[in-house]
Amino acid sequence: MPQLFHPRTNAFARITLFGAIAAVAFAGWAIDALNRSSYNTRELQAREQPVPFSHAHHVGALGLDCRYCHTTVETSGFANLPPTKTCMNCHSQIWLTSPTLEPVRASFRTGTSINWTRVYDLPDFVYFNHSIHVNKGIGCESCHGRVDKMPLTWQAGSLQMSWCLDCHRQPEKFLRPRENITTMGYQPAGDQMEMGRRLRAEYNIQETRVLTSCSTCHR
Amino acid sequence: MSETSQHPDLAAMRERLRASGGGREYWRSLDDLAATPGFRDLVEREFPRLAIGWSGDESPVEGRRNFLKLMGASLALGGLAACTRQPTEHIMPYVRQPEEMIPGRPLFYATATTLHGVASGVLVESHEGRPTKIEGNPEHPATLGACDAFSQASVLGLYDPDRMQAVAGEDDVKTWGDFAGSLREALAAQKLKGGAGLRILTETVTSPTLAAQLGEIARLYPRSKWHQWEPAGPHSARAAAQMAFGAPVNTYYDLSQANVIVSLDADFLAQGAASLRYARQFAARRRVQGGKTSMNRLYVAEPMPTPTGTKADHRFALRATDIEEFTWALAAALGVAKGPKTGDNGDIYKPVGAIARDLERNRGAGLVIAGDCQPPIVHALAHAMNARLGNVGKTVFYTDPIEASAVDQAASLAELARDLDAGAVDVLLILGGNPAFNAPVELGMRDRLKKAALRAHLSLYDNETSELCQWRLPEAHYLESWGDARAFDGTVTIQQPLIRPLYGGRSAYLVLQALTEDPDRGEYQIVKGYWAAQHKGADFEAWWRRAVHDGVAPDTSLPLQTVAVREDGIREPAPRRKLAGKLEILFRPDPGIHDGRFANNGWLQELPRPITKLTWDNAAIMSPQTAHRLGVFYEGLIAASQEVPMVELTYQGRTLRAPVFIQPGCVESSVTLHLGFGRTRAGRAGTGVGFNPYGLRTAGAPWQDLGLGAKKIAATYPIACTQDFHILDNERHAIHSGNLDEYLKNPRSVHEGAEAPPKELTLYPEWKYPGYAWGMAIDLNACTGCGACVMACQAENNIAVVGKDQVRRGRAMHWLRVDSYYQGEPNLPGGIYNQPVPCMHCEDAPCELVCPVQATNHSAEGLNDMVYNRCVGTRYCSNNCPYKVRRFNFYQFADTETASLKLLHNPDVTVRARGVMEKCTYCVQRINAAKIDAEKADRKVADGEIQTACQATCPAEAIIFGNVNDPQSRVSKMKAEQSNYGLLADLNTRPRTTYLATLRNPNPEVED
Repeated sequence: MPQLFHPRTNAFARITLFGAIAAVAFAGWAIDALNRSSYNTRELQAREQPVPFSHAHHVGALGLDCRYCHTTVETSGFANLPPTKTCMNCHSQIWLTSPTLEPVRASFRTGTSINWTRVYDLPDFVYFNHSIHVNKGIGCESCHGRVDKMPLTWQAGSLQMSWCLDCHRQPEKFLRPRENITTMGYQPAGDQMEMGRRLRAEYNIQETRVLTSCSTCHR
Repeated sequence: MSETSQHPDLAAMRERLRASGGGREYWRSLDDLAATPGFRDLVEREFPRLAIGWSGDESPVEGRRNFLKLMGASLALGGLAACTRQPTEHIMPYVRQPEEMIPGRPLFYATATTLHGVASGVLVESHEGRPTKIEGNPEHPATLGACDAFSQASVLGLYDPDRMQAVAGEDDVKTWGDFAGSLREALAAQKLKGGAGLRILTETVTSPTLAAQLGEIARLYPRSKWHQWEPAGPHSARAAAQMAFGAPVNTYYDLSQANVIVSLDADFLAQGAASLRYARQFAARRRVQGGKTSMNRLYVAEPMPTPTGTKADHRFALRATDIEEFTWALAAALGVAKGPKTGDNGDIYKPVGAIARDLERNRGAGLVIAGDCQPPIVHALAHAMNARLGNVGKTVFYTDPIEASAVDQAASLAELARDLDAGAVDVLLILGGNPAFNAPVELGMRDRLKKAALRAHLSLYDNETSELCQWRLPEAHYLESWGDARAFDGTVTIQQPLIRPLYGGRSAYLVLQALTEDPDRGEYQIVKGYWAAQHKGADFEAWWRRAVHDGVAPDTSLPLQTVAVREDGIREPAPRRKLAGKLEILFRPDPGIHDGRFANNGWLQELPRPITKLTWDNAAIMSPQTAHRLGVFYEGLIAASQEVPMVELTYQGRTLRAPVFIQPGCVESSVTLHLGFGRTRAGRAGTGVGFNPYGLRTAGAPWQDLGLGAKKIAATYPIACTQDFHILDNERHAIHSGNLDEYLKNPRSVHEGAEAPPKELTLYPEWKYPGYAWGMAIDLNACTGCGACVMACQAENNIAVVGKDQVRRGRAMHWLRVDSYYQGEPNLPGGIYNQPVPCMHCEDAPCELVCPVQATNHSAEGLNDMVYNRCVGTRYCSNNCPYKVRRFNFYQFADTETASLKLLHNPDVTVRARGVMEKCTYCVQRINAAKIDAEKADRKVADGEIQTACQATCPAEAIIFGNVNDPQSRVSKMKAEQSNYGLLADLNTRPRTTYLATLRNPNPEVED
């Protein structure tokens, strides 16, 4: 019986076999890379807003404290966006005719809310609470980045679970004294880890096993 | 399956019961007792009927190859579908933020729910203006912080997309202005004849404001008439007061002072305006904890098991029509009335002497309660007995009626029917209610209502009555409107709106105001104006704000009255009526949908009813023996197929076909029909569900009568009964119980036969909990099995409704179920036991080890966490759970599409998607909220600070949650009691949820 396949077929078979494994591995890697990419996480992407509000101007240049607008950050899980009234506290006196601010004035006139686009948007199965973080020595900057340098606001972290766990596993890496919570560009005075451990004890921060229990964030 | 040939009779069943002994002392259902193959399957597997056969390759869904094909496709498509990019979301802040509003933190407002017009004070949780959850108001005398199933489910009622959404007149969409114009025209004509053609039909009214408005209308239209009709109100009690005292007197009780309680067909722990308060007081006297060694004693005579009956130390299954004779005998034994002390009916007379002596021994600390369904004479005798025993002023209290006008409602409705026939009614304004559906059948209201020239119906739903009216007016829900109502003792609650009417509805106050001289007055002004006029003294504003804020208007409870029983009111007993080969028919309000008003509430429809565990249906409920006699006895049917035989009931020439439901503990020859079903125009959830007993119900016998005929018909009917689902291994001891005397002598006696292996006997790692360790203890001695906890859990945790078909497949999603167990013989069990079963949060949890994706984990505080976003739906965990508390989303059960229902969801709990396992979390959202508050204040979470939803709502305070690491916490103290035990403890799962055994306090003088 003549040979059905040419010896070259062996090579072809090998290439196919190993190629298939490589292709699957590559596909896995590609999906993972896509998943972690800023395309998916929207990290560092500035969002269009109805009013091009500049944190760089209000925080960086004017020096407003975060809590002037985000009033509920210390008391509630949700750090509120300011009501139009807060904007109008100043803008009923300055930049009265600026066309950029027309949506704000219109909102105040008509009583309809400004439709902001959410920048930090966690999945609905994650329950993040602002108040406990700022009360326990996690600065705004730790998650939101140098807001004072953002002309339009973008998301400074990936918001993926590994990003959260980075701190939940070892909060001392990021803890800062309560009086510096809203400070932008904060630099620890001494060794961060040493101070972190001290603050962790002082602020009665729960042990890592509690911080990394599933139900701490998912319920 | 053929019905008759395969059914062994009751005698054989009893024989098996005797032979089995041991762990088989308690049984779950007739199928359990008979050990049918269907039941055995259900014990061993959670969903035996779901299993796919491997061989049937010709079937499109069955067979191994098709299974693999489908699985492969599902895996690929499911995997792809999971890849979605986070959609863009928006935030719309306030323009001017209200001062008290902190976005992200709920606010609580006091208001009141009403049933039969009587208020239950509640606190409503509101998230950014959306009411999402009802809690009891601790300051309100009727609720004391607890809440019943109806109130819990009322938030779903608010957002019900089937509510009437627009004014309709003459089959066209109209406006309120159009109606006002039409009404004005009609009233102008009425004005000329003093309102002779004007009729207003309401349900029971306790609202002082509404009463004042009705009074004002009566003044303006002196010849107009106001009628009231309530199909399931406490009419007997009113008539009895008239009989016994010569005046309509309101009665209420104080169970905290009662050592001995006799219930004459009174389900006082689960039904009635003050049942929450009674359950709280009753349970407090039942707790044998913390060194307390005494218990109250409860005798219950009733035809069908009720939650109250399950708590009885002596339960006498009597036909409802025989309870009158029982009452006469008891009254005679106490020397109150001249009645026979013996009779041919031994069941009735045997225990009477011992009960009477027990009551005599506890003069001033006893109580006789007559049920709302019993005739006036039973109530009158109860009044006389309480008076004779010196209980009045100690356990029994009288006040003026809480109703604005305590009339005989059946007579009131009959008068309206006569006037309609006479053509005397020009304008008929029906405020709420559904008389076309629930009026006594002989009145034929469906036809008669049409005889009124102008008919308008104000209603939450476009129902059977609206159908007959030219004007259909959407009613504002109680969460949408101002109002007021009185509680059982007269205490007034000002109802406040939490949300603007979703569908443009208006309240009865606004509609009635249109008939007065000041038709444009707003609702707030109407209610506030009334109270301002009543207020004496200075600073009304402060009084008003206090009343609205507290949910209780100060000093509005009615003063106590001293009344004397008139001897002439109580005459000789009527001669006893005989069954004469027929059956007794009972009409009872349904524990879920009541008189039919909640028929479109999916939560209440799907609530497994106490004891029967029926959902989505009513049935002809009868004892095994009666079913046997009628040839409809079934065994193995519910477990195997949930299909039951049907009977045709004939009563007074009218017939009704209904499925048979066999309920152990029912009295022989008595058939119970629950009202409210068989609606023809209720909405998508309620229309066409069940059978309508109103078609047999007359004003002459609203609750019970003899002379019912029944015969088997050649049809079967699918029912959805959860009693045979989620069954624990029936060879083990789920229920621990004992007698008080024995327990005091030897506390371990309640656990006899149960094993408790040493905890080292395990391969699981040992957990350490340096911080909190959450645990729960459930006092079975207090639990009445009312089901309020199930509703509270559903509301708090966004639990989906699955519908009858899915319930029949064992897929109901309730995280918390209440199991019923029976003890003794099948026909008349010696005891019925309730056992709420949430997740046990096992220390050594079998579910945790088998999850291939780590979606269920042990938390650092001992919770058995469930991570929905990790779950891929293998269902291994559920398969490995001996308690069967895990629930799987076989379909997309949660409604995320309907706009109004989106508002209902608790924002602190994930809305689960298809293909995900879920279960009780111990309300981890509440734990986290309390922990965060405590940590911000640098303190520990205080004991009692966290209340799970089921605990908060439980009227009997049977559920206690807390930190078991703190020996001083309430839960630790309960767990330290000798009666404490773990469910299926012999499996060494070391459950965090434990139970306190049921104790009974029988009277040794009563012979069984």
